[in-house]
Formats: sequence, C-alpha cells, structure tokens
Amino acid sequence: MNKVMSNNQDKTSQDPIQHREHADRLSNLANTKPAEINREIGLNLFKDMTLGRRFEDKCAEMYYRGKMFGFVHLYNGQEAISTGVIGAMKRKHDWFCSTYRDHVHALSAGVPAKEVMSELFGKETGCSKGRGGSMHLFSKEHHLLGGYAFIGEGIPVALGAAFTSKYRREALKENSDSVTAAFFGDGTCNIGQFYECLNMAQLWKLPIIFVVENNKWAIGMAHDRATSETEIWRKASAFGMSGEEVDGMDVLAVRGAAQRAIERARAGEGPTLIECLTYRFRGHSLADPDELRSEKEKEFWAKRDPLKKLKNDLTNSGLVTDEELKNIEKEIDLEVNDAVEFALNAPEPDPSELTKYIWAEN
Amino acid sequence: MKGTLLFNALREAIDEEMYRDPLVCVMGEDVGQYGGSYKVTKDLYEKYGEFRVLDTPIAENSFTGMAVGAAMTGLRPIVEGMNMGFLLLAFNQISNNMGMLRYTSGGNFTIPTVVRGPGGVGRQLGAEHSQRLEAYFHAVPGIKIVACSTPTNAKGLMKAAIRDNNPVLFFEHVLLYNLTEELPKGDYVCALDQADLVKQGSDITILTYSRMRHHCLKAVELLEGKGIEVELIDLISLKPFDMETISKSIRKTHRVIIVEECMKTGGIAAELMSLITENCFDDLDSPPVRLSSQDIPTPYNGNLENLTIIQPHQIVDAAEKIINNGGVD
Repeated sequence: MNKVMSNNQDKTSQDPIQHREHADRLSNLANTKPAEINREIGLNLFKDMTLGRRFEDKCAEMYYRGKMFGFVHLYNGQEAISTGVIGAMKRKHDWFCSTYRDHVHALSAGVPAKEVMSELFGKETGCSKGRGGSMHLFSKEHHLLGGYAFIGEGIPVALGAAFTSKYRREALKENSDSVTAAFFGDGTCNIGQFYECLNMAQLWKLPIIFVVENNKWAIGMAHDRATSETEIWRKASAFGMSGEEVDGMDVLAVRGAAQRAIERARAGEGPTLIECLTYRFRGHSLADPDELRSEKEKEFWAKRDPLKKLKNDLTNSGLVTDEELKNIEKEIDLEVNDAVEFALNAPEPDPSELTKYIWAEN
Repeated sequence: MKGTLLFNALREAIDEEMYRDPLVCVMGEDVGQYGGSYKVTKDLYEKYGEFRVLDTPIAENSFTGMAVGAAMTGLRPIVEGMNMGFLLLAFNQISNNMGMLRYTSGGNFTIPTVVRGPGGVGRQLGAEHSQRLEAYFHAVPGIKIVACSTPTNAKGLMKAAIRDNNPVLFFEHVLLYNLTEELPKGDYVCALDQADLVKQGSDITILTYSRMRHHCLKAVELLEGKGIEVELIDLISLKPFDMETISKSIRKTHRVIIVEECMKTGGIAAELMSLITENCFDDLDSPPVRLSSQDIPTPYNGNLENLTIIQPHQIVDAAEKIINNGGVD
C-alpha cells in the first residue's frame, strides 16, 4: 500500500502522464486474499467459466456462418469476473446489471444457454423474445436487469435495484438483503453516470457492487490515453467508499473481493468499487479489426488465461483431477451444441405480434 | 379561499396514492425537506420519511435511471423534474430505458413510473426554463404523455398516472399552479387517454392543451360575442391522441384549429395535423390550421416573450377567417 502511494506521489511531481501498466499493477496488488473454496465450489466455478468461454467461441462461429447479426461483443478472457462475482452472489435473489458485453453475465446469472443463444438468433424462445438481441439480454426470472448498449446507462438502473432493496428494508420494514452487481468497463468510468451513481450509492449506503472490468481498451482508445487517473479503484475514496483492485484473471481473487463487498452490502454498510484488471482475448466486437493492440500485449495476457489458471489451481491443490475437468468440458460442449440446435429450430417471432410488449397491458 | 390550488390538487393526489400504496415513492431535487420548488410535495417528507420522499443530488440522468431500476424491481416511483427542461439531461434514460425497455426485454419488465414537473413558457424565465419538452419526447415509443390544465384534472390525472403500469410523462404548467377550483369529493381518477370536451359548439373545433386551454377559453368568449359557436377540446393525452373524440367533433364542425404552446416545427400540432389529415380529410370544409409558438428560443424580454407564444386575439382572428373566408390566408 505504501509503495503504491509513493509511486503515485512520484507520478504527480515528476511525470503527470506516466501511468502504471496493468502488468505492473498486477504484481503490486494491495489486497490479494483469494476466496477459499471446496471441491464443489471449484467445480461450479470451472463449469461456469467454461460455459462462458465455449458459448462465446460458438457465437463467433455462428456469427461468421451468418446465423446471428448486428454487433456482437464477446467476453473471452474476462470470464473470471462474471463467475467470480455472480458465483459469490445468490441467484434469483440478488440482481445483476450488464452492458453490451452481456452474454456471459446472463449465463452466470442462470439464464439457460438455449435462451441466450435463441435471443442471439432473434428467436421467440430468446430471453428477450427476439426483440432485444445480443446487447439487450433480459430475464426477470433470473434477476438480470439487462444488457445496456449505451455506455453507463445501466449503472443508474442497477442503483435503482439497490435502492429498492434498501427501500424494502427501511421504508417497508421487510427482511430485505438483496445486493446488486453492476458490471461495466474502463471506458465507462469517464462518463457522468459513473460518478453520479458512486455519489448516491455511498450517500445512501446502497447495497451495490460496482464491478469495473478494466480490459485496457475502450474499442480503440487505450485506457491511459482517455483517463487522467488510471487506477479506477482509487476513485472510490473520493466518495468515502471502499475500493479494491483485483487480478481479474484470477477467479478466486475476484471471488474473494466480491465476498468482502457482498458482506458489507448485506450488512447495510454500503457499496464497493471493485476494479478487475483484465483483458479481452478478442476485438471489441466481431466487427472490430483489432489493429491497435500489440502482439506482445496479447501474448502477455494469453499467458494469464483465467481458465488455465483455475484449472491449475484446482488440480495442483488436489481438489479435482484433470480427467474430471475434461469431462466437464465435454458436458459443456454438449450443452452449447444443444443450445445451437435448439435456437436453429426455434420459431421466429410471430409477425402479428410486432407491436406486442410496447405497453404493460400486452 | 374557497377551492383548491392546482399545486395542492397534485399534492393531494400524490399523498393519497402514497397512503394507498406503500410502493409509491417520490424522488427528485428538493422534493423532500424543501417540499418541492412549487410545493407539490410539501409536508410529504415529514409524513412518509426520507426514503419514500427522496431528496436527490442534482443528477437528472442518474436519478431518472435509478427510478427505472426501482420500477423494474417493484417500486412505483414518481420523478420530479424541478423544471421539465432539466430532463433533457435524462433524455437517454427516458427514451432508451423508460420508453423502450419493456419492448426490448420482450415483456420481461414493466416500468410503472411517473415523470412530472413544470413545463411551458412562464413569465420571463429565459429560454432554458421555458421549454415544451412534450414535443421533444413525442417520438419516444412506450411512454404516455399527458398535460393537466385545471385543479380537477390535475388531481384525477395524477392519480391515474401513478396507478398506470406504463411510464407516464406528466406535464404541469408553470403558470397554472395557482389556479383554484373546487374539487370533486372523494377518490376520483381521470382517464389518461381521454380528451376533455370543455365546451360544445357547432361552428369550429379548437384543439388545445395545458395553459393554452385558458387562452382558448378567452377566445371562445370573444367569438361567442360575434355569434360563433366553438367546440373546445382539451387534448389531455398528447400521446396517444384521443382520435375518437377529435374525429367526432370534426365530423360535426368540419373546421379545426389546433392551439399549442410548442414551437411549430416538430410540435404536437404537427403530428396531430397529420393524423387529422389521414383520418378526417373528407369531413373538413377548410384546411386544418395550427397556431403555434415561434421557432425560436423563448426571449427574456416580456414583449418579445408575448410575441413568441399565441395570444387569445390571434385565436379569434384565425377562427373568424376560417369561418368567413374558408382559411387564414
């Protein structure tokens, strides 16, 4: 911690535009206490992350085969965050709010893969009935507040869900302890809603976790070219809020940070800002030529693949065997293939229902 | 003083609905301890507490979005725009989230919210505080837009808006808060989608809303003195329009003027004229006429401000010309 602070002082006195790279930050994290897990949890984390990875790989395949359209943003490389945070929360009890890169958050929240895949194919069986598409996945049943396509607009919505939780406890005297997780990227941390909502969340001690998935790039804008203070977790302190930086490629580290934040939120102690240092293994979207990121940078992060890391952690600790993990991968592949089969055969929305869902009454 | 002031009629509506349903809450700038800039939420903070009447920081975009999230998870928030113009800052949340989210979510979520506050041209408030956002928001799918004009309809419409399961943009007018009227007794609501037939007549239909209703009433009186019988309709619902009431009247009078405070270009009347042309063309004896504000930022100077918006004598002139000459030109 001291080391970090002195580094910061040097930066302001000598070279105001020099930022610490993710790589440097990863080797100097302030709090690295990972979650403790048992065999069952370990297997569940691996399942969820593998589903996220394989699902997205299949999406790329289907996109290039002309089965899905529009802007499709894949999550490869960032799986430890969705699994680490949502896996530490209670499904169908806590609330989750995502962005345009939302497929894997939906899967972690429990939305069945076939419903997500159907949505991407624009089918009636999709979780948004084919009306939303890749960037607008919703599921009330699974407490998925949605994928929001514009930068920052999901944060206030997530804040609203956290407000409801607080309202039920304070104004209605109900036994309410649900927590909301809002996911967004480094690019979003330069927009007004981010700051407005941090302020309100801390002001009213709302049960919300702001999860920044800092993957270094806002499409083609490098984080340090857009942001004066690149260490986003530090911005929490400007609001008197708890902030934490975490290795976003390590699901146990993310889970540990999430657990600390969830505990605070459930106890009524308010919000937390968690900055996860991560990297996306693909371009911004499947339409992105990805010309600006260096091979050297990509290689550095490929070595930190969160799935490989978890696999090593699980097998090295003796909790599970290689064989078991391979079996899970096979199961997941079947699940993803089933989802594609289901989506391919699913019905299109009925044209007579074009204007359905505009109003609450139908 | 006998009767109820319009801002108190709104306050009564909110109070009664908050009492009736503990999920109804208010959020916005200075709605709590201060009681609202126009006192529409006076004393409710003391009565219902800080969470049900939430004083927010000045952050329109975010507290409007927060209302959307709260509505998605079970509450029924009323958002006050201290001045409706400020809600330009919340345009994204009103359009993308409030208006479109039920549809894009394939019916997963409903957004029972009311966004209310003072709009319109006041007295020398300058351009930014004198906006008519009903026109700006008109194209947003999935939201209802209503404008109140009397204490009686203010209360009945507000109660209906709060009970409605859709997002409702509720326009009050900054110069109408002190109108007084005796309210109907007991619990009553006014239909959100029904125009108000203010006065029957056979010579010409005048369609209007909000403060212009009162300018029209002055014009109607003057026209009556000239032997012209006006059928005056307060639109109430700006989206969707009550085309049944409107069409019925035009079938009777065969002539129509729309009087609005919006700017002419892209205004409420622009859309309404199109619908009248589509639906009532054969019933018209003369082209429909609209009287709108100038396409300019509202000037501060009092004389210029008056020249910007329609005045009663202009309504009288237009009606006479249509009836006597078959048109205003």
